[in-house]
Amino acid sequence: MEKKAFSELAKKIEAKEFVFTGELEPHRSIDLTEVKEWATTLKEIGKIIAANVTDNPRSDSAISSLVAAYLIQRDTGLECVYQLRVTDRNRLALVSDILGAGALGLKNILALAGDHTRVGTTPKAKPVFDLDSANLIDLIHRMVYEGKDLDGNEIHGPRPEINVGTAGGIMAEPLEMEVFKLKRKAKVGADFIQTQAVFDVNLAVRYLKAVKEVGIPTLIGIFPPRSYAQAEFFGKFVPGVIVPKEFMDDFKKMSEITDKAVRKEKIKEYNVNYFVDFIKEVRKEGAAGCHIMAVGYPDPIAPIIEGVIGK
Amino acid sequence: MIITKEKPIEEIYGFLEPFGSVLVVGCDSCTQPPRGLREAETYASLMEMAARVKGKEIKCEAITVVRQCCSEGVKEWIKPDGHEVILSMACGIGVQVLNEVFPEIPAFPAQNTVFVGWEEKREGIMYENCRACGDCLLGETGGICPRTRCAKGMMNGPCGGCIDGKCEIPVQLRNWRGEVVEEIKQDCGWYLIFNRLKAMKRLDLFEKYREPTDYSIWTNPRRI
Ligand code: SF4
Ligand code: SF4
Repeated sequence: MEKKAFSELAKKIEAKEFVFTGELEPHRSIDLTEVKEWATTLKEIGKIIAANVTDNPRSDSAISSLVAAYLIQRDTGLECVYQLRVTDRNRLALVSDILGAGALGLKNILALAGDHTRVGTTPKAKPVFDLDSANLIDLIHRMVYEGKDLDGNEIHGPRPEINVGTAGGIMAEPLEMEVFKLKRKAKVGADFIQTQAVFDVNLAVRYLKAVKEVGIPTLIGIFPPRSYAQAEFFGKFVPGVIVPKEFMDDFKKMSEITDKAVRKEKIKEYNVNYFVDFIKEVRKEGAAGCHIMAVGYPDPIAPIIEGVIGK
Repeated sequence: MIITKEKPIEEIYGFLEPFGSVLVVGCDSCTQPPRGLREAETYASLMEMAARVKGKEIKCEAITVVRQCCSEGVKEWIKPDGHEVILSMACGIGVQVLNEVFPEIPAFPAQNTVFVGWEEKREGIMYENCRACGDCLLGETGGICPRTRCAKGMMNGPCGGCIDGKCEIPVQLRNWRGEVVEEIKQDCGWYLIFNRLKAMKRLDLFEKYREPTDYSIWTNPRRI
Protein backbone atom coordinates (compact mmCIF):
# COMPACT_ATOMS: atom_id res chain seq x y z
CA MET A 1 0.00 0.00 0.00
CA GLU A 2 1.57 3.23 -1.17
CA LYS A 3 1.54 6.00 1.42
CA LYS A 4 2.91 9.49 1.64
CA ALA A 5 2.58 12.27 4.14
CA PHE A 6 1.20 15.34 2.39
CA SER A 7 -0.23 17.35 5.27
CA GLU A 8 1.62 18.80 8.24
CA LEU A 9 -0.50 16.55 10.40
CA ALA A 10 0.52 13.41 8.54
CA LYS A 11 4.17 14.51 8.46
CA LYS A 12 4.26 15.01 12.21
CA ILE A 13 2.55 11.69 12.79
CA GLU A 14 5.07 10.06 10.50
CA ALA A 15 7.89 11.70 12.45
CA LYS A 16 6.37 10.15 15.60
CA GLU A 17 5.66 13.51 17.16
CA PHE A 18 2.76 13.44 19.59
CA VAL A 19 0.18 15.60 17.81
CA PHE A 20 -2.81 17.68 18.86
CA THR A 21 -5.78 18.52 16.65
CA GLY A 22 -8.76 20.72 17.38
CA GLU A 23 -12.32 21.04 16.21
CA LEU A 24 -14.16 23.77 14.28
CA GLU A 25 -17.90 23.71 13.83
CA PRO A 26 -19.27 26.11 11.23
CA HIS A 27 -23.02 26.65 11.39
CA ARG A 28 -25.93 27.23 9.09
CA SER A 29 -24.56 30.63 8.14
CA ILE A 30 -22.31 32.33 5.62
CA ASP A 31 -20.58 34.20 8.43
CA LEU A 32 -17.44 32.40 9.53
CA THR A 33 -16.14 35.12 11.88
CA GLU A 34 -16.63 33.18 15.08
CA VAL A 35 -15.23 29.94 13.68
CA LYS A 36 -12.19 31.76 12.36
CA GLU A 37 -11.67 33.37 15.75
CA TRP A 38 -11.63 29.94 17.33
CA ALA A 39 -9.23 28.71 14.65
CA THR A 40 -6.93 31.66 15.41
CA THR A 41 -7.08 30.86 19.12
CA LEU A 42 -6.12 27.25 18.40
CA LYS A 43 -3.37 28.38 16.06
CA GLU A 44 -1.97 30.74 18.70
CA ILE A 45 -1.76 27.97 21.25
CA GLY A 46 1.03 26.88 18.97
CA LYS A 47 1.05 23.13 19.33
CA ILE A 48 -2.21 22.39 17.58
CA ILE A 49 -1.24 21.11 14.17
CA ALA A 50 -4.62 21.03 12.51
CA ALA A 51 -8.32 21.30 13.17
CA ASN A 52 -11.30 19.37 11.85
CA VAL A 53 -14.03 21.28 10.06
CA THR A 54 -17.29 19.45 10.61
CA ASP A 55 -19.64 18.49 7.77
CA ASN A 56 -23.33 18.79 8.64
CA PRO A 57 -22.69 17.40 12.12
CA ARG A 58 -25.58 15.30 13.50
CA SER A 59 -27.19 15.91 10.10
CA ASP A 60 -27.89 19.53 11.02
CA SER A 61 -27.38 21.49 7.83
CA ALA A 62 -24.42 23.86 7.82
CA ILE A 63 -22.23 25.75 5.37
CA SER A 64 -20.24 23.49 3.06
CA SER A 65 -17.33 22.08 5.02
CA LEU A 66 -15.20 22.24 1.88
CA VAL A 67 -15.69 25.97 1.52
CA ALA A 68 -15.38 26.59 5.26
CA ALA A 69 -12.20 24.51 5.53
CA TYR A 70 -10.65 26.39 2.64
CA LEU A 71 -11.54 29.84 3.97
CA ILE A 72 -10.42 29.03 7.50
CA GLN A 73 -7.13 27.57 6.35
CA ARG A 74 -6.52 30.53 4.03
CA ASP A 75 -7.40 33.24 6.52
CA THR A 76 -5.97 31.83 9.74
CA GLY A 77 -3.11 29.66 8.52
CA LEU A 78 -4.34 26.73 10.59
CA GLU A 79 -4.26 23.48 8.64
CA CYS A 80 -7.73 22.02 8.27
CA VAL A 81 -9.03 18.48 8.28
CA TYR A 82 -11.95 18.64 5.90
CA GLN A 83 -14.67 16.33 7.19
CA LEU A 84 -16.64 14.64 4.44
CA ARG A 85 -19.72 12.49 4.92
CA VAL A 86 -21.21 10.02 2.50
CA THR A 87 -24.69 10.77 3.86
CA ASP A 88 -25.27 13.62 1.47
CA ARG A 89 -23.24 12.90 -1.66
CA ASN A 90 -22.98 10.14 -4.22
CA ARG A 91 -19.68 8.99 -5.68
CA LEU A 92 -19.86 11.54 -8.48
CA ALA A 93 -20.25 14.47 -6.12
CA LEU A 94 -17.57 13.03 -3.85
CA VAL A 95 -15.07 12.92 -6.72
CA SER A 96 -15.90 16.57 -7.48
CA ASP A 97 -15.39 17.61 -3.88
CA ILE A 98 -12.16 15.67 -3.48
CA LEU A 99 -10.81 17.32 -6.64
CA GLY A 100 -12.02 20.64 -5.27
CA ALA A 101 -10.23 20.00 -1.99
CA GLY A 102 -7.06 19.15 -3.88
CA ALA A 103 -7.29 22.32 -5.96
CA LEU A 104 -7.86 24.44 -2.85
CA GLY A 105 -4.81 23.04 -1.10
CA LEU A 106 -6.63 21.04 1.56
CA LYS A 107 -4.42 18.15 2.62
CA ASN A 108 -6.56 16.15 5.03
CA ILE A 109 -9.95 14.57 4.74
CA LEU A 110 -11.75 12.77 7.52
CA ALA A 111 -13.93 10.22 5.72
CA LEU A 112 -17.21 9.71 7.56
CA ALA A 113 -20.40 7.74 7.15
CA GLY A 114 -22.25 10.54 8.95
CA ASP A 115 -25.41 10.43 11.00
CA HIS A 116 -28.54 9.40 9.18
CA THR A 117 -30.53 12.29 7.72
CA ARG A 118 -33.55 11.30 9.80
CA VAL A 119 -31.89 12.43 13.05
CA GLY A 120 -31.15 15.99 11.91
CA THR A 121 -32.78 19.24 10.85
CA THR A 122 -33.98 17.85 7.52
CA PRO A 123 -35.48 14.45 8.30
CA LYS A 124 -37.40 14.22 5.02
CA ALA A 125 -34.21 14.37 2.95
CA LYS A 126 -33.18 11.42 0.83
CA PRO A 127 -30.16 9.86 2.53
CA VAL A 128 -27.57 9.08 -0.11
CA PHE A 129 -25.12 6.48 1.25
CA ASP A 130 -24.04 5.56 -2.24
CA LEU A 131 -20.67 4.70 -0.68
CA ASP A 132 -19.82 3.95 2.91
CA SER A 133 -16.89 5.38 4.82
CA ALA A 134 -14.53 2.57 3.82
CA ASN A 135 -15.47 3.04 0.15
CA LEU A 136 -14.78 6.77 0.52
CA ILE A 137 -11.31 6.07 1.89
CA ASP A 138 -10.79 3.71 -1.04
CA LEU A 139 -11.93 6.41 -3.49
CA ILE A 140 -9.63 9.06 -2.03
CA HIS A 141 -6.70 6.69 -1.95
CA ARG A 142 -7.19 5.70 -5.58
CA MET A 143 -7.51 9.33 -6.66
CA VAL A 144 -4.37 10.33 -4.80
CA TYR A 145 -2.14 7.38 -5.66
CA GLU A 146 -3.51 6.05 -8.95
CA GLY A 147 -5.07 9.18 -10.37
CA LYS A 148 -8.35 7.35 -10.92
CA ASP A 149 -11.84 7.20 -9.47
CA LEU A 150 -13.63 3.99 -8.46
CA ASP A 151 -14.69 3.32 -12.04
CA GLY A 152 -11.16 3.78 -13.34
CA ASN A 153 -11.81 7.18 -14.92
CA GLU A 154 -8.58 9.12 -15.07
CA ILE A 155 -7.92 12.45 -13.42
CA HIS A 156 -6.32 14.91 -15.84
CA GLY A 157 -3.13 16.59 -14.71
CA PRO A 158 -1.80 16.56 -11.17
CA ARG A 159 -3.50 14.43 -8.54
CA PRO A 160 -4.88 15.75 -5.29
CA GLU A 161 -2.44 15.38 -2.39
CA ILE A 162 -4.54 14.34 0.54
CA ASN A 163 -4.18 12.22 3.65
CA VAL A 164 -7.27 10.49 4.85
CA GLY A 165 -8.49 9.79 8.34
CA THR A 166 -11.26 7.71 9.76
CA ALA A 167 -13.39 7.85 12.88
CA GLY A 168 -12.68 5.42 15.70
CA GLY A 169 -15.43 4.02 17.88
CA ILE A 170 -13.99 3.78 21.37
CA MET A 171 -17.20 2.28 22.67
CA ALA A 172 -17.72 -0.22 19.87
CA GLU A 173 -18.99 -3.44 21.35
CA PRO A 174 -17.44 -5.92 20.89
CA LEU A 175 -14.10 -4.25 20.19
CA GLU A 176 -13.19 -7.24 18.06
CA MET A 177 -15.74 -5.98 15.53
CA GLU A 178 -14.11 -2.53 15.51
CA VAL A 179 -10.71 -4.13 14.89
CA PHE A 180 -12.01 -5.95 11.81
CA LYS A 181 -13.58 -2.74 10.57
CA LEU A 182 -10.33 -0.86 10.95
CA LYS A 183 -8.42 -3.62 9.21
CA ARG A 184 -10.60 -3.10 6.16
CA LYS A 185 -9.95 0.62 6.33
CA ALA A 186 -6.23 0.02 6.68
CA LYS A 187 -6.39 -2.15 3.58
CA VAL A 188 -7.88 0.70 1.52
CA GLY A 189 -5.45 3.30 2.83
CA ALA A 190 -6.57 5.08 6.01
CA ASP A 191 -3.70 7.22 7.33
CA PHE A 192 -4.97 8.05 10.81
CA ILE A 193 -7.82 7.46 13.25
CA GLN A 194 -9.54 10.13 15.32
CA THR A 195 -11.77 8.70 17.98
CA GLN A 196 -14.93 10.11 19.47
CA ALA A 197 -14.59 11.85 22.85
CA VAL A 198 -13.67 9.59 25.72
CA PHE A 199 -13.54 10.46 29.41
CA ASP A 200 -12.51 7.21 30.99
CA VAL A 201 -8.82 6.59 30.46
CA ASN A 202 -9.29 2.85 30.94
CA LEU A 203 -11.58 2.75 27.93
CA ALA A 204 -9.06 4.67 25.86
CA VAL A 205 -6.28 2.30 26.89
CA ARG A 206 -8.43 -0.74 26.19
CA TYR A 207 -9.11 0.64 22.72
CA LEU A 208 -5.47 1.39 21.95
CA LYS A 209 -4.45 -2.08 23.02
CA ALA A 210 -7.13 -3.66 20.81
CA VAL A 211 -6.42 -1.64 17.66
CA LYS A 212 -2.65 -1.79 17.95
CA GLU A 213 -2.45 -4.75 15.56
CA VAL A 214 -4.17 -2.71 12.83
CA GLY A 215 -1.26 -0.30 12.77
CA ILE A 216 -3.10 2.96 11.96
CA PRO A 217 -1.86 5.89 14.09
CA THR A 218 -4.63 6.80 16.53
CA LEU A 219 -5.59 10.18 17.96
CA ILE A 220 -7.75 9.87 21.05
CA GLY A 221 -10.63 12.35 21.29
CA ILE A 222 -11.01 14.37 24.49
CA PHE A 223 -13.54 16.97 25.53
CA PRO A 224 -12.70 19.04 28.60
CA PRO A 225 -16.13 20.31 29.68
CA ARG A 226 -16.49 23.88 30.79
CA SER A 227 -19.33 23.21 33.19
CA TYR A 228 -21.25 20.52 35.00
CA ALA A 229 -24.10 20.94 32.53
CA GLN A 230 -21.80 20.19 29.62
CA ALA A 231 -20.33 17.10 31.26
CA GLU A 232 -23.84 15.94 32.08
CA PHE A 233 -24.94 16.51 28.51
CA PHE A 234 -22.22 14.17 27.32
CA GLY A 235 -23.03 11.51 29.86
CA LYS A 236 -26.76 11.62 29.23
CA PHE A 237 -27.38 12.59 25.64
CA VAL A 238 -24.42 11.67 23.50
CA PRO A 239 -24.92 8.07 22.46
CA GLY A 240 -21.97 5.85 23.17
CA VAL A 241 -20.17 8.25 25.52
CA ILE A 242 -19.72 7.25 29.14
CA VAL A 243 -18.64 9.86 31.66
CA PRO A 244 -17.20 8.21 34.80
CA LYS A 245 -19.18 8.80 37.97
CA GLU A 246 -16.28 10.34 39.91
CA PHE A 247 -15.77 12.82 37.10
CA MET A 248 -19.43 13.81 37.23
CA ASP A 249 -19.41 14.00 41.02
CA ASP A 250 -16.38 16.27 40.98
CA PHE A 251 -17.99 18.54 38.42
CA LYS A 252 -21.18 18.59 40.44
CA LYS A 253 -19.23 19.72 43.50
CA MET A 254 -17.45 22.42 41.54
CA SER A 255 -20.71 23.65 40.07
CA GLU A 256 -21.82 24.50 43.62
CA ILE A 257 -19.05 27.07 44.05
CA THR A 258 -20.90 30.39 44.03
CA ASP A 259 -18.09 32.73 43.04
CA LYS A 260 -18.01 32.58 39.28
CA ALA A 261 -14.34 33.39 38.82
CA VAL A 262 -13.28 30.84 41.45
CA ARG A 263 -15.54 28.22 39.93
CA LYS A 264 -14.12 28.83 36.48
CA GLU A 265 -10.58 28.58 37.76
CA LYS A 266 -11.33 25.38 39.69
CA ILE A 267 -12.90 23.72 36.67
CA LYS A 268 -9.98 24.72 34.52
CA GLU A 269 -7.50 23.35 37.04
CA TYR A 270 -9.45 20.14 37.32
CA ASN A 271 -9.55 19.70 33.55
CA VAL A 272 -5.84 20.35 33.28
CA ASN A 273 -4.93 17.82 35.98
CA TYR A 274 -7.38 15.24 34.73
CA PHE A 275 -6.49 15.42 31.07
CA VAL A 276 -2.73 15.78 31.51
CA ASP A 277 -2.76 12.46 33.38
CA PHE A 278 -5.16 11.04 30.83
CA ILE A 279 -3.04 12.01 27.84
CA LYS A 280 0.20 10.86 29.46
CA GLU A 281 -1.40 7.49 29.95
CA VAL A 282 -2.68 7.13 26.37
CA ARG A 283 0.65 8.35 25.06
CA LYS A 284 2.35 5.57 26.98
CA GLU A 285 -0.02 3.15 25.29
CA GLY A 286 1.10 4.31 21.87
CA ALA A 287 -1.52 6.91 20.91
CA ALA A 288 -0.27 9.14 18.09
CA GLY A 289 -1.95 12.19 19.53
CA CYS A 290 -5.05 13.78 20.92
CA HIS A 291 -8.02 15.30 19.21
CA ILE A 292 -9.36 18.08 21.44
CA MET A 293 -13.00 18.50 20.64
CA ALA A 294 -14.07 21.24 23.03
CA VAL A 295 -15.13 24.24 20.95
CA GLY A 296 -14.92 27.76 22.38
CA TYR A 297 -13.30 26.80 25.68
CA PRO A 298 -9.64 27.64 25.31
CA ASP A 299 -8.65 28.04 29.00
CA PRO A 300 -7.40 24.52 29.73
CA ILE A 301 -6.04 23.67 26.28
CA ALA A 302 -2.61 25.35 26.42
CA PRO A 303 -1.87 24.16 29.97
CA ILE A 304 -2.97 20.62 29.07
CA ILE A 305 -0.65 20.52 26.09
CA GLU A 306 2.18 22.04 28.12
CA GLY A 307 1.60 19.54 30.85
CA VAL A 308 2.05 16.74 28.36
CA ILE A 309 4.84 17.88 26.08
CA GLY A 310 6.31 20.91 27.86
CA LYS A 311 6.50 24.47 26.57
CA MET B 1 -44.50 -11.32 -7.80
CA ILE B 2 -40.80 -11.80 -7.31
CA ILE B 3 -38.38 -12.26 -10.16
CA THR B 4 -35.11 -14.04 -9.48
CA LYS B 5 -32.20 -14.91 -11.72
CA GLU B 6 -29.83 -17.83 -11.14
CA LYS B 7 -26.44 -17.04 -9.70
CA PRO B 8 -23.49 -18.42 -11.66
CA ILE B 9 -22.95 -22.13 -10.87
CA GLU B 10 -19.36 -21.40 -9.79
CA GLU B 11 -20.54 -18.91 -7.18
CA ILE B 12 -23.14 -21.29 -5.76
CA TYR B 13 -20.72 -24.18 -5.71
CA GLY B 14 -18.25 -21.94 -3.89
CA PHE B 15 -20.76 -21.59 -1.04
CA LEU B 16 -21.31 -25.34 -0.77
CA GLU B 17 -17.79 -26.61 -1.32
CA PRO B 18 -16.78 -26.88 2.35
CA PHE B 19 -19.81 -29.06 3.14
CA GLY B 20 -20.74 -32.68 2.47
CA SER B 21 -24.50 -32.80 2.65
CA VAL B 22 -26.80 -30.20 1.11
CA LEU B 23 -30.52 -29.65 1.39
CA VAL B 24 -31.77 -27.82 -1.70
CA VAL B 25 -35.04 -26.11 -0.87
CA GLY B 26 -37.36 -24.91 -3.60
CA CYS B 27 -40.16 -22.42 -3.14
CA ASP B 28 -43.59 -22.88 -4.72
CA SER B 29 -44.71 -19.36 -4.02
CA CYS B 30 -44.36 -16.19 -6.04
CA THR B 31 -40.86 -16.58 -7.48
CA GLN B 32 -40.77 -16.27 -11.25
CA PRO B 33 -39.62 -18.19 -13.17
CA PRO B 34 -40.74 -21.07 -10.89
CA ARG B 35 -38.18 -22.26 -8.37
CA GLY B 36 -40.02 -25.31 -7.04
CA LEU B 37 -39.18 -28.98 -6.73
CA ARG B 38 -38.14 -29.49 -10.33
CA GLU B 39 -35.65 -26.63 -10.20
CA ALA B 40 -34.41 -27.75 -6.80
CA GLU B 41 -33.75 -31.20 -8.24
CA THR B 42 -31.93 -29.71 -11.20
CA TYR B 43 -29.67 -27.72 -8.89
CA ALA B 44 -29.13 -30.74 -6.66
CA SER B 45 -27.71 -32.73 -9.57
CA LEU B 46 -25.80 -29.72 -10.94
CA MET B 47 -24.08 -29.28 -7.59
CA GLU B 48 -23.23 -32.97 -7.31
CA MET B 49 -21.80 -32.79 -10.80
CA ALA B 50 -19.82 -29.63 -10.06
CA ALA B 51 -18.31 -31.44 -7.06
CA ARG B 52 -17.42 -34.49 -9.10
CA VAL B 53 -15.66 -32.35 -11.71
CA LYS B 54 -13.46 -31.07 -8.87
CA GLY B 55 -12.83 -34.61 -7.63
CA LYS B 56 -15.01 -34.11 -4.56
CA GLU B 57 -18.30 -35.46 -3.38
CA ILE B 58 -21.35 -33.74 -2.02
CA LYS B 59 -24.77 -35.26 -1.45
CA CYS B 60 -27.80 -33.15 -2.26
CA GLU B 61 -31.42 -33.75 -1.32
CA ALA B 62 -34.09 -31.64 -3.01
CA ILE B 63 -37.39 -30.62 -1.43
CA THR B 64 -39.79 -27.76 -1.81
CA VAL B 65 -42.14 -25.76 0.38
CA VAL B 66 -45.29 -23.75 -0.23
CA ARG B 67 -43.39 -20.56 0.56
CA GLN B 68 -40.11 -19.69 2.23
CA CYS B 69 -41.09 -16.22 3.37
CA CYS B 70 -42.97 -17.36 6.47
CA SER B 71 -40.94 -18.30 9.59
CA GLU B 72 -43.79 -20.23 11.15
CA GLY B 73 -44.41 -22.32 8.05
CA VAL B 74 -40.74 -22.98 7.36
CA LYS B 75 -40.30 -24.27 10.92
CA GLU B 76 -43.07 -26.77 10.30
CA TRP B 77 -42.36 -27.78 6.70
CA ILE B 78 -38.58 -28.19 6.68
CA LYS B 79 -36.67 -30.76 8.74
CA PRO B 80 -33.07 -30.16 7.80
CA ASP B 81 -31.59 -32.74 10.21
CA GLY B 82 -28.65 -34.59 8.75
CA HIS B 83 -27.74 -31.77 6.38
CA GLU B 84 -24.84 -29.41 6.90
CA VAL B 85 -25.98 -26.65 4.63
CA ILE B 86 -29.09 -25.39 2.84
CA LEU B 87 -29.24 -24.03 -0.68
CA SER B 88 -32.30 -21.87 -1.11
CA MET B 89 -33.96 -21.51 -4.48
CA ALA B 90 -36.09 -18.64 -3.15
CA CYS B 91 -35.70 -14.88 -3.07
CA GLY B 92 -33.60 -12.91 -0.58
CA ILE B 93 -36.37 -13.18 1.99
CA GLY B 94 -36.45 -16.99 1.85
CA VAL B 95 -32.71 -17.22 2.42
CA GLN B 96 -32.91 -14.94 5.44
CA VAL B 97 -35.87 -16.80 6.91
CA LEU B 98 -33.98 -20.11 6.65
CA ASN B 99 -30.92 -18.61 8.34
CA GLU B 100 -33.03 -17.30 11.16
CA VAL B 101 -35.16 -20.40 11.68
CA PHE B 102 -32.19 -22.82 11.49
CA PRO B 103 -29.29 -20.82 12.90
CA GLU B 104 -27.05 -23.88 13.20
CA ILE B 105 -27.26 -24.62 9.45
CA PRO B 106 -26.08 -21.90 7.08
CA ALA B 107 -28.40 -21.24 4.15
CA PHE B 108 -27.05 -19.79 0.90
CA PRO B 109 -28.78 -18.12 -2.04
CA ALA B 110 -28.94 -19.80 -5.44
CA GLN B 111 -30.60 -16.70 -6.89
CA ASN B 112 -30.09 -13.02 -7.35
CA THR B 113 -33.38 -11.38 -6.45
CA VAL B 114 -33.89 -8.75 -9.10
CA PHE B 115 -37.42 -7.54 -8.86
CA VAL B 116 -40.29 -7.49 -6.38
CA GLY B 117 -43.66 -6.90 -7.93
CA TRP B 118 -46.89 -5.73 -6.43
CA GLU B 119 -48.83 -7.98 -4.16
CA GLU B 120 -52.14 -7.07 -2.69
CA LYS B 121 -52.26 -9.48 0.21
CA ARG B 122 -52.50 -7.72 3.54
CA GLU B 123 -51.49 -9.67 6.62
CA GLY B 124 -49.75 -8.74 9.85
CA ILE B 125 -46.42 -6.94 10.00
CA MET B 126 -44.23 -7.20 6.98
CA TYR B 127 -40.47 -6.94 7.24
CA GLU B 128 -38.81 -5.61 4.16
CA ASN B 129 -35.41 -7.32 4.49
CA CYS B 130 -34.84 -7.63 0.73
CA ARG B 131 -34.92 -4.93 -1.89
CA ALA B 132 -34.33 -7.18 -4.83
CA CYS B 133 -30.98 -5.60 -5.57
CA GLY B 134 -30.11 -8.12 -8.25
CA ASP B 135 -26.71 -8.93 -6.79
CA CYS B 136 -27.42 -11.03 -3.73
CA LEU B 137 -24.81 -10.81 -1.00
CA LEU B 138 -26.43 -13.16 1.50
CA GLY B 139 -23.87 -15.88 0.83
CA GLU B 140 -21.16 -13.62 2.23
CA THR B 141 -23.00 -11.92 5.03
CA GLY B 142 -24.25 -14.85 7.04
CA GLY B 143 -27.66 -14.78 5.39
CA ILE B 144 -28.49 -11.31 6.69
CA CYS B 145 -28.97 -8.57 4.13
CA PRO B 146 -26.90 -5.43 4.72
CA ARG B 147 -28.60 -3.56 1.90
CA THR B 148 -31.93 -3.58 3.70
CA ARG B 149 -31.23 -4.34 7.33
CA CYS B 150 -28.65 -1.57 7.64
CA ALA B 151 -30.30 1.86 7.65
CA LYS B 152 -27.39 3.21 5.63
CA GLY B 153 -27.07 0.21 3.33
CA MET B 154 -23.39 0.02 4.27
CA MET B 155 -21.20 -2.52 2.52
CA ASN B 156 -18.54 -2.33 5.23
CA GLY B 157 -20.47 -1.78 8.42
CA PRO B 158 -21.26 -1.25 11.15
CA CYS B 159 -21.12 2.53 11.37
CA GLY B 160 -20.49 4.49 14.54
CA GLY B 161 -24.22 4.57 15.21
CA CYS B 162 -24.27 0.98 16.40
CA ILE B 163 -24.60 1.20 20.18
CA ASP B 164 -25.13 -1.97 22.20
CA GLY B 165 -26.02 -3.77 19.00
CA LYS B 166 -28.84 -1.37 18.17
CA CYS B 167 -29.10 1.00 15.22
CA GLU B 168 -29.11 4.78 15.67
CA ILE B 169 -32.23 4.86 13.52
CA PRO B 170 -35.36 3.31 14.96
CA VAL B 171 -37.53 1.49 12.47
CA GLN B 172 -40.87 3.15 11.75
CA LEU B 173 -43.78 0.78 11.90
CA ARG B 174 -46.36 2.12 9.48
CA ASN B 175 -49.94 1.18 8.87
CA TRP B 176 -51.40 0.65 5.43
CA ARG B 177 -52.14 4.33 5.07
CA GLY B 178 -48.42 4.99 5.49
CA GLU B 179 -48.77 6.65 8.89
CA VAL B 180 -46.12 5.95 11.52
CA VAL B 181 -47.76 3.88 14.27
CA GLU B 182 -44.67 3.30 16.36
CA GLU B 183 -40.93 3.85 16.33
CA ILE B 184 -39.11 0.69 17.40
CA LYS B 185 -35.44 0.29 18.29
CA GLN B 186 -34.01 -2.20 15.86
CA ASP B 187 -30.96 -4.42 15.79
CA CYS B 188 -28.02 -3.09 13.83
CA GLY B 189 -27.90 -5.24 10.70
CA TRP B 190 -24.11 -5.31 10.74
CA TYR B 191 -24.03 -6.32 14.38
CA LEU B 192 -26.26 -9.26 13.46
CA ILE B 193 -23.96 -10.08 10.54
CA PHE B 194 -20.90 -9.97 12.79
CA ASN B 195 -22.42 -12.34 15.34
CA ARG B 196 -23.74 -14.68 12.69
CA LEU B 197 -20.41 -14.90 10.86
CA LYS B 198 -18.65 -15.37 14.17
CA ALA B 199 -20.94 -18.27 15.04
CA MET B 200 -20.26 -19.71 11.59
CA LYS B 201 -16.51 -19.27 12.16
CA ARG B 202 -16.38 -17.13 9.04
CA LEU B 203 -15.06 -13.84 10.39
CA ASP B 204 -12.76 -13.81 7.37
CA LEU B 205 -15.90 -12.77 5.47
CA PHE B 206 -16.49 -9.96 7.94
CA GLU B 207 -12.97 -8.66 7.50
CA LYS B 208 -13.28 -8.62 3.73
CA TYR B 209 -13.48 -5.16 2.17
CA ARG B 210 -16.52 -4.80 -0.09
CA GLU B 211 -16.81 -2.57 -3.12
CA PRO B 212 -19.81 -0.24 -3.23
CA THR B 213 -23.17 -1.43 -4.49
CA ASP B 214 -23.83 -1.18 -8.22
CA TYR B 215 -26.83 1.12 -8.32
CA SER B 216 -27.12 1.12 -12.09
CA ILE B 217 -29.39 -1.92 -11.64
CA TRP B 218 -31.80 0.23 -9.61
CA THR B 219 -32.72 2.76 -12.27
CA ASN B 220 -36.50 3.00 -12.33
CA PRO B 221 -38.87 2.21 -13.84
CA ARG B 222 -37.56 -1.31 -14.24
CA ARG B 223 -38.86 -3.89 -16.66
CA ILE B 224 -38.30 -7.58 -16.82
S1 SF4 C 1 -28.48 -8.68 -1.06
FE1 SF4 C 1 -30.30 -8.17 0.08
S2 SF4 C 1 -31.50 -6.88 -1.32
FE2 SF4 C 1 -30.00 -7.96 -2.55
S3 SF4 C 1 -31.12 -9.77 -3.25
FE3 SF4 C 1 -29.95 -10.35 -1.40
S4 SF4 C 1 -31.42 -10.09 0.25
FE4 SF4 C 1 -32.24 -8.98 -1.51
S1 SF4 D 1 -26.13 1.21 13.25
FE1 SF4 D 1 -25.87 -0.64 12.02
S2 SF4 D 1 -27.79 -0.86 10.88
FE2 SF4 D 1 -27.75 1.19 11.70
S3 SF4 D 1 -26.90 2.41 10.04
FE3 SF4 D 1 -25.16 1.84 11.34
S4 SF4 D 1 -24.38 -0.05 10.47
FE4 SF4 D 1 -26.38 0.28 9.59
